[in-house]
Amino acid sequence: MVDPVSYDEFIASVSGPLGWFFVLLTVMNLVAAARTVLGRDGTTLLQWKRFRLVSGQLWVVLAVWFAIQAVLCFRADPTSMAWVAMPNWAKQWVDHWMSPTWYTIGLLGGLLGMFLARRFFVRPPVAWLMLNLSMWFLGASLTDQNFYQIVSKPDNVPIVGMVYLLGFFTWMSAYRAVQNDDRLARGEPPLEAVDDEKTLVWPDLVYIELICMVAVTAVLIVWAIVLKAPLEEPANAAHTPNPSKAPWYFLGLQELLVYFDPWLAGVVLPGLILFGLIAIPYLDPNPEGVGYYTILKRPFAYVVFQFGFLGLWISLILMGTFLRGPNWSFFGIYETWDVHKSATLQHYNLSDYFWIWMLGRELPTASADAGMGGRVAVILWRELPGLLLMTLYFIGLPILAASRIPLFRQLYAQMGWPRFAVMMLLLMWMILLPIKMVANWQLNLQYFVAIPEWTLNL
Amino acid sequence: MPSFGESLRNSQVYKSIFRHPLPLDRRHRVLVILTNFFLHLHPVSIRRQGIALSYTWCMGGLTFFFFLVETVTGVLLMFYYRPVAEYAYNDMLALRDATSMGILRELHRWGAHAMVIAVWLHTYRVFLTGSYKRPREFNWGIGVILLMLTLLLSFTGYLLPWDQLAIWAVTVGSNMARATPLLGLEGPGAALLTVDGIDLITSASDARFVLLGARFVGENALLRFYVLHCVAIPLGAALLMAIHFWRVRKDGGISGPL
Ligand code: HEM
Repeated sequence: MVDPVSYDEFIASVSGPLGWFFVLLTVMNLVAAARTVLGRDGTTLLQWKRFRLVSGQLWVVLAVWFAIQAVLCFRADPTSMAWVAMPNWAKQWVDHWMSPTWYTIGLLGGLLGMFLARRFFVRPPVAWLMLNLSMWFLGASLTDQNFYQIVSKPDNVPIVGMVYLLGFFTWMSAYRAVQNDDRLARGEPPLEAVDDEKTLVWPDLVYIELICMVAVTAVLIVWAIVLKAPLEEPANAAHTPNPSKAPWYFLGLQELLVYFDPWLAGVVLPGLILFGLIAIPYLDPNPEGVGYYTILKRPFAYVVFQFGFLGLWISLILMGTFLRGPNWSFFGIYETWDVHKSATLQHYNLSDYFWIWMLGRELPTASADAGMGGRVAVILWRELPGLLLMTLYFIGLPILAASRIPLFRQLYAQMGWPRFAVMMLLLMWMILLPIKMVANWQLNLQYFVAIPEWTLNL
Repeated sequence: MPSFGESLRNSQVYKSIFRHPLPLDRRHRVLVILTNFFLHLHPVSIRRQGIALSYTWCMGGLTFFFFLVETVTGVLLMFYYRPVAEYAYNDMLALRDATSMGILRELHRWGAHAMVIAVWLHTYRVFLTGSYKRPREFNWGIGVILLMLTLLLSFTGYLLPWDQLAIWAVTVGSNMARATPLLGLEGPGAALLTVDGIDLITSASDARFVLLGARFVGENALLRFYVLHCVAIPLGAALLMAIHFWRVRKDGGISGPL
């Protein structure tokens, strides 16, 4: 769906705004450098013999680097822009490696890695460097027509903003949590308990609210002037666009339609999400960690929530928005949305694998004159492997966890079995999603249990 | 000679409205909160950390603010928009082409996106500070319903421009209702609801039909979504927000370490 503009025309049109983008990055880094130098709080980032790199110096280097990028952009000719643009080999490499499996595993693995090494990642210079790298990546990628098209769709721009906001708040809360955990370990109160005397709402709170409101109004007005609300062709029930996408905040659910029956993806799972959210306060038996940021006081709750929120909900929205194209096929971020790319490989059910592939037999089928009971029995027999597997997964594993894994044993003791069962049901559903997705992509496995006769597939 | 400001503040009109002098000393800073309808949503005094931006991120407040922005811009949009298949799209065009410097639609649309993002961040913060725990369990539940209403507000509004983006996004979304267990035509168990061999659940009586007022996204759906978007859901959300704010105070104010 690339516009019929030539690459040179396209580059000429984006180079100006990109130039200002790099000016902004230059200024940001100059400010950061000035703050580090004036505050004398430069951290040593690298030390090798007599060579030492202090954070303030790195920000100056980055500022110079972004300033050069800005100048190249303002020159706007293709030769200069070639130095700004993401090189073709890099784009091909990214597109080559981007597959749903790598995306999902990479994102979940990355989150886990950052969680485990959080002491490193929350350090302000590290966070600042990561912000810079991601901005640079964004800027260089915007010189790609396909990337630009999808990211600059008016309804998608806010999602890019949301990613940065999520990154910022996740970093800020984790930074505080790490500090608080250290303080608590030393026997000191958390930061939130320091300097916590009462103060009058007028003027302290009222002014904060006023300033927030004015600032946000200004942002909203600028946003509204710069970015026009989309209006496409008039509604036409006879012409289905390809792809047809739900509004962005429901794209995670639309993605689930690939792996689950619509009644599960569209009704039961959203219901479970709402139910699960409301149930959280009644399922969390841990009375600690109220009123301050902490990870070590409630590691289990923290990990489960981050897995569900960033790892599933947000990750699936990003995938549905940026990586799903015509026919709901998967596309790399620089790939052209080719209508003919079709990923609809033949998929098989677990019963196919079991009966045909493993046992070399045919799927059990009821004889034509079988009664109601006979037909039911044959269906259950046919799906026995999947039914057993799911029973093991949803009931066996939780029991195993409750009896063997210390963390779950403790939870079970604190919660009692009804609450524990509800929590495990919700947790096992969450974990099932990535398992099922990867099985679908890597093993072409459609359903563990496939009973189309009763619209019951899992 | 009293200054203009002074004589204004001593006038009968001013005193009848504000009931007390400028909040410059402690006594009047307390009174201003107690005697002003809008300010009395707040307590008089509050713990310092409870108002720190680094703690609340101001996200609950901003969600509410975006709701107000949506209300104001939405009312203005209603002056220009008719929820009829014949007119709806043209009204959008007129709004774009006939008004100079028109950013009304933009403010409303981006305000809606911002509200969705803000409410997610608010939920995120409330979780991370453990603020859903006793005694705030119930308010967290109210919050989850508000989260759902926010998404539904946005979803019902998405149809109103009546362009290709709108009807197909809503078609994708509402197709799922067709699969509701028992009550959707294509959901499991729909065939169980029969009386004397006559199916109760048909394409003209299932859950999707109730939502759209028809078998597909057409003018009935437009009217239903309009009414839901402009009247029903905002009223529900406003009521729940009132309860939400009330409960924040009754549950002991913004959470903090003991
Ligand atoms: C339309 C949506 C909502 C509005 C306008 C709103 C507004 C607010 C405001 C203004 C506060 C005061 C503190 C703050 O700003 O953080 C607050 C607190 C709170 N909100 Fe919301 N909220 C909404 C949705 C939610 C959601 C989705 C949840 C959770 C799922 C939630 C749970 C809570 C809880 C538990 C508190 C008390 C926090 C504490 O004591 O620290 N709210 N809300």
